[in-house]
Amino acid sequence: MAPTIEAHGLVKRYKEVVALDGLDLAVEQGTILAVLGPNGAGKTTAVSILTTLLKADEGTATVAGFDVRDHPDEVKKNIGLSGQFAAVDEQLTGFENLRMVGRLYRMGKPAAVRRSRELLEQFDLTEAADRPVKGYSGGMRRRLDLAGALIAEPPILFLDEPTTGLDPRSRADLWIAIKDLVAKGTTLLLTTQYMEEAEHLADDIMVIDHGKEIAHGNADELKTMIGGERVVVTVSHADDVVRATDLLAQFAVGEQYIEDHTREITVPISGGAPVLTAALRALDVAGVEISDVGLRRPTLDDVFLTLTGHRTEETNSESAEVRT
Amino acid sequence: MSKLRYAFADAAVIAQRNVIKIKRVPEILMFVLISPIMFVLLFAYVFGSAIDIPGGSYREFLIGGIFAQTVVFGATFTGAGLAEDMQKGIINRFRSLPMSPSAVVMGRTASDVVYNAATLVIMALTGLLVGWRIRTDVGDALLAFGLLLLFAYAFSWIMALVGLIVPSVEVVNNASFIVIFPLTFVANTFVPTELLPGPLKLFAEWNPISALTQAVRELFGNIPPGTPSPEGWPLQNPVLYSLIWVVVIIAIFAPLSIARYQKVTAKS
Repeated sequence: MAPTIEAHGLVKRYKEVVALDGLDLAVEQGTILAVLGPNGAGKTTAVSILTTLLKADEGTATVAGFDVRDHPDEVKKNIGLSGQFAAVDEQLTGFENLRMVGRLYRMGKPAAVRRSRELLEQFDLTEAADRPVKGYSGGMRRRLDLAGALIAEPPILFLDEPTTGLDPRSRADLWIAIKDLVAKGTTLLLTTQYMEEAEHLADDIMVIDHGKEIAHGNADELKTMIGGERVVVTVSHADDVVRATDLLAQFAVGEQYIEDHTREITVPISGGAPVLTAALRALDVAGVEISDVGLRRPTLDDVFLTLTGHRTEETNSESAEVRT
Repeated sequence: MSKLRYAFADAAVIAQRNVIKIKRVPEILMFVLISPIMFVLLFAYVFGSAIDIPGGSYREFLIGGIFAQTVVFGATFTGAGLAEDMQKGIINRFRSLPMSPSAVVMGRTASDVVYNAATLVIMALTGLLVGWRIRTDVGDALLAFGLLLLFAYAFSWIMALVGLIVPSVEVVNNASFIVIFPLTFVANTFVPTELLPGPLKLFAEWNPISALTQAVRELFGNIPPGTPSPEGWPLQNPVLYSLIWVVVIIAIFAPLSIARYQKVTAKS
């Protein structure tokens, strides 16, 4: 059976900027694909094309078996979309918002009302249901928006950075809701900037940067792709950072990563504890004082760093540099 | 066939949403209703004493003009409402839904009939207070109100297109005044067209607002007996001429507005 969501060679250009540069993807029915990448990687552009909101310059895509370019209405009937910015009407109540969306999915009146109440309950919005959305918090709006995407129980769901900007509790709540959905057989394409989110929710993770796939696999495969463990050393004195980096280079199997303001050096190694011991001895012999040390399994953040040379969250990249 | 049915069903959902919003922000309705009251009172008392209508009362003459002017002004609301919708997050939800592409615009023009109806009621009441009377029968009076609402509905479609072209609510208001002021003033709304100089007179005679005003005055019986019949075919057949405009405006501006909506929402 063909994948529920399938795209080949998607290209989208905005004047000089290439937002998508030949992206392929496939999501099998009832699975989750997480598209992981930093701001500007092309995640939202990809979602917009797959949900028919935007036309690709090149390439083809089908969703639920319908071509997104030729049959946008058929595609829209089969999908729910929850975007990065809550698409809700501020002056309507939560209930009125959902009922309206349900009716526009062509649900009957009683069904739209019943389902709206059900979702408000499920997303913990019952108390606020009959208040205008204007007074809702960011997390409440996001939950309402997600409820809007779910109201017609579409078999395919697109969530574009569903938890960006949410507090940890709201994020955890949303994760539970998303997992429930997929347990019921929904096919989900999710974009995120958070490694943790992709790892937590998705069977299949695609890392993209500058509109292109740079890695693809499940969390374990991605970790294997970039080697073994990481030794993380924090040196006590800023003056020692460069010297320590040079000393540790002999143990590194890939690029070292230095966080200047915390004086933290991350060294990819293979060989585990004995290598850590050797590394510490080398630092000790050279008289480099360290304040912290650790050995850890690589995270998806390391995957991203290794593959692209920069971290996933833009804010971190300013203070960081990569050395070989 | 089912496509058309869905178009109306979806428009009804949007219209219902707009009406709920009127209730949520009653201040807007209040201001919409205060301006016609102000117009009636201003013209009745400020100009009413200075302008003479041979054989009749200026106030009675005036009300038909105010009715016509106010429903045209009211159409600005449609443009402003749509311009606002386009800027709000909810439009992203609409874009992702399998709804009819005409629904947002059709729903908006439909819900603004509510505003116009409320405005007419308030104006009629204010008019009655300052001495205006319906001197015909209920049938004619209902026809007059019906014609005003129909014309308002048609004009809403013009402003819908304006609202979808200009970038913000403020611009809608300013842009519409450029059109609406000459249209409503170079007409028989406040003064008989006979008094206007040549080219303006010609414009006023063929101006649909003049015909609407004339039709309303005739249907309410506000034209004093013995007034010579007006010059020009439009003013001699004001109801028919107004209806022609209604049909022409809707036929042109409804497809244009819907196409414009699709164009605006298609890009991202």
